[in-house]
Amino acid sequence: MVVTVASGKGGTGKTLVATGLADVLSGEAGSNVQLVDCDVEEPNAHLFLRPQLHRSEEVTHPVPQVDLTQCTFCGRCAQVCEFHAIAVLSGKVMVFTEMCHGCGSCARQCPEGAITEVPELLGHLEFGRAGAIAFAHGRLEVGQALATPVIRQLKARALPRAASTAMSILDAPPGNACSVVETLRGSDYAILVTEPTPFGLHDLKLAVELARDALGLPVGVIINRDGMGDAGVESFCAAAGVPVLTRLPFDRRVARAYSEGQLWTRVLPEYRSQMLEVARAVRSLTEATS
Amino acid sequence: MRVVVTAQGTDLDSPTSPIFGRCPAFVFVDPETMEFEAVANASVAAGGGAGIQAAQWVVDKGAQAVLSHNVGPNAFAVLSQAGVAVYRIEPAGTVRQAVEAYVAGRLQAISGANVASHTGMSGMGRRGGGR
Ligand code: SF4
Ligand code: SF4
Repeated sequence: MVVTVASGKGGTGKTLVATGLADVLSGEAGSNVQLVDCDVEEPNAHLFLRPQLHRSEEVTHPVPQVDLTQCTFCGRCAQVCEFHAIAVLSGKVMVFTEMCHGCGSCARQCPEGAITEVPELLGHLEFGRAGAIAFAHGRLEVGQALATPVIRQLKARALPRAASTAMSILDAPPGNACSVVETLRGSDYAILVTEPTPFGLHDLKLAVELARDALGLPVGVIINRDGMGDAGVESFCAAAGVPVLTRLPFDRRVARAYSEGQLWTRVLPEYRSQMLEVARAVRSLTEATS
Repeated sequence: MRVVVTAQGTDLDSPTSPIFGRCPAFVFVDPETMEFEAVANASVAAGGGAGIQAAQWVVDKGAQAVLSHNVGPNAFAVLSQAGVAVYRIEPAGTVRQAVEAYVAGRLQAISGANVASHTGMSGMGRRGGGR
């Protein structure tokens, strides 16, 4: 089964939950777990799991290249590009490859056949293992803005394993943008990590709208740094019928382990049973809804 | 000679618009006669690349100078490649005042984009150009 760990914004403990879950599940006998870090703009799960990476792969997309000796500067390519990635001036064609979605329309529609498509590097994928955990992540090239194709290819390569794993955990990018949608799509369950503060509540509402209401996924909430803030998140969850999977207390030792790049469920084994409970709850909630 | 002013309305006394790609209207003005033609901006609803689309259109309409407050890097790249000068309107006022300030030489030519692209552009040098 595929479980995505998401949160409305960064810094709420998304990676903490994802890595902690992967770690405790990998400790179960015979358990086959996978962690896929889909935050391709700033992957960080590897800092805690320290996987051995043994394979990498490039993600490219086709962008137009114009042969100016054949081009008549008719402007057709600029007109058909729905992403406005091309401008045609007299004697020049400008291609803004960071706006280009690689759809190929311009090349197909050019009456002179002046456009060929050449691959442009969007990012890299890396695959490896951290003990019993199968690990994969992607990294967007500096200056590239298109995270979704990198995430799509990462999932396409990594998730065929999911059929044989006890759980494949996707660490989503922060926010509510297309890259989060791309990560959540096709998941069996979404764990939404939040803080019990008005900001946390605001972001949680957006995340519930996206994962449950727009994508139709079963969702559950983990309240991180419980004990600070107020009761707003609890009452929202109760009213919206969203289960609270667990509450992780505000614990300086967890924060310290995290800031030192330590796997918190190793340093603080007293949390292991709590995270295993979460995994069990997610499994039974998924079975209940499927 | 025609200059184009980014505007919030369609006549000479409309306030100027602070944005380029998604400004509500473009007012093309002949600075000598103050004859003008105002056109609503078709790029307002563009998903992405509104600045590029608007710049292409302004170039196609034969403007020799753009008077605006903020022009993003992609739009600026298109305009400057096409040889269209970009001037910053300051202070904000009406279209007429902007053109008068331009004629009087009081507007400063912009030599680079003055707002960041929301797509995180990393410089035309590496990725621009047709081939
Ligand atoms: S459609 Fe082809 S010929 Fe026309 S401007 Fe574009 S590249 Fe040139
Ligand atoms: S491939 Fe598609 S998105 Fe890219 S420039 Fe051509 S038409 Fe535009």
